Amino acid sequence: MVKTNVCLCGVEMKNPIVPASGTFGFGYEFAELYDINVLGSLSFKGTTLEPRFGNPTPRIAECSEGLLNAVGLQNPGVDRVLSEELPKLKACFQGPIMANVSGFSLDEYRETVKKLDAEKQIAWFEVNVSCPNVHGGGMSFGTDPKAAASVTAEVKKVTDKPIIMKLTPNVTDIVSIAKACEEAGADGISLINTLLGMRIDLKKKKPILANKMGGFSGPAIMPVALRMIYQVYDAVKIPIVGMGGVSSAEDVIEMMLAGATAVEVGAANLRDPFAAKKIAEDLPRVMKKYGIEDLGSIIGGAH
Amino acid sequence: MKQGIYTILRNEKIAKDVYLMVLAGDTSAITAPGQFVNILLAGKYLRRPISICDWDGERITLIYKVVGGGTEQMAALSQGEELDLLVGLGNGYTTEKCPEKTLLIGGGVGVPPLYGLCKRLIAEGKKPQVVLGFNTAEEVFLKEEFEALGAAVTVATADGSMGIKGFVTDAMKALSFDYFCTCGPEPMFRAIEGMVQVSGQYSFEERMGCGFGACMGCSCKTKYGYKRICKEGPVMEREEIIW
Repeated sequence: MVKTNVCLCGVEMKNPIVPASGTFGFGYEFAELYDINVLGSLSFKGTTLEPRFGNPTPRIAECSEGLLNAVGLQNPGVDRVLSEELPKLKACFQGPIMANVSGFSLDEYRETVKKLDAEKQIAWFEVNVSCPNVHGGGMSFGTDPKAAASVTAEVKKVTDKPIIMKLTPNVTDIVSIAKACEEAGADGISLINTLLGMRIDLKKKKPILANKMGGFSGPAIMPVALRMIYQVYDAVKIPIVGMGGVSSAEDVIEMMLAGATAVEVGAANLRDPFAAKKIAEDLPRVMKKYGIEDLGSIIGGAH
Repeated sequence: MKQGIYTILRNEKIAKDVYLMVLAGDTSAITAPGQFVNILLAGKYLRRPISICDWDGERITLIYKVVGGGTEQMAALSQGEELDLLVGLGNGYTTEKCPEKTLLIGGGVGVPPLYGLCKRLIAEGKKPQVVLGFNTAEEVFLKEEFEALGAAVTVATADGSMGIKGFVTDAMKALSFDYFCTCGPEPMFRAIEGMVQVSGQYSFEERMGCGFGACMGCSCKTKYGYKRICKEGPVMEREEIIW
């Protein structure tokens, strides 16, 4: 019997597989297809203080081995997440939940986390710092070490649950951002969010996305993700949640060797709604193939 | 929704750039005309959403137009090849709301789902009339098939090479109906919206990520809140649409 369980910031998971925020809704749509309790956790749809419609359509453009999205954080707002979405999620998932939160100001981050904090099943907060700071000239919190640290410190004030900062890869030095978050009290680092990209429609001769630019995800970005996880693992002591193009149990092991404790599956869920389940169920086979008995023992093994 | 492997029984050209594909496999997830399937193609990251034209206990008929790399790849597939499909996606047409005199209005590649709808309405004892709009005679398809179901069909072509010269709205002027169901390009929808006095159902198209409600890629605003074209749609009622 191989051991697939891992421990993320003191929370036990039956396996490291976590569907990534924005690709799995609030879980219940997928629970119609399979028992989502086979998953280690899930990171729910990015939640903001107020309801958001997001960007105009088209919001999706296909790429080689991936896609661009410019959904723009569509979500019903934290109050309806608490009253409508979480009860439906809790009815079909009994494991630890990762609460993904976003904000456009420090106050918004803090208030959103504060409202969600009472939910017992929420085990971690995954704080997305890729959004523009409306009080900081619109620059993303995640592109400036000081801004990323200030978000970390702000949310730490209102919860005792582990805070995992989800970083954007659209920076020149990811290590400095990760270190700033760690120094500000982050309990973990999650990376990578999508890479900023564009596609152009040859018939219309204009960008496909109404937002012009969007986040690139899918298998094509995995080498970039692996490189960043590897670099951040060398620089911080807190655990890493790795993601970026993961599509197979082999990819999960590669991410863990680079330094990830848990691994998120994103774009693959959109292509194949059973992807996360297939990956979780295939892990023991691939572990045996590579002579791995305890998955937790390989974290950072490539260093 | 169900995922399955489907075998191609037929895949042939039926009009200019338009192909008919018949697939064998589990059809139990299909509940209403106007629903769609999402097709995985080799080398393409996202699936291709295609509306269901017709189905029975073991076969699905799709009619698609070659508009890009994905549909071009589909057109080259042969009998006997297998495809990975998500089946029974979206909310289709609600036939309970369709009275006896319902007009079905199809524009170009929007025509196929109306065939399954027409079939169901006739099975329910209703007398649908059909208006089909195309650019030119060589693009016309399904006319005889609608007639074989027993529906009265009026064709309009923009160049006048078949039927009435003009658009579906020109063909609609002479017809009396109490309700309508339509599928086609958005400029056609706006023209219909500008002339009809009765209620109806519109089927929308949008670029989709997943096709089953997970990614929020195809959301739209309606009078009753945000809806996903792939999940709550693609068919929407006239009263809820914000133009």
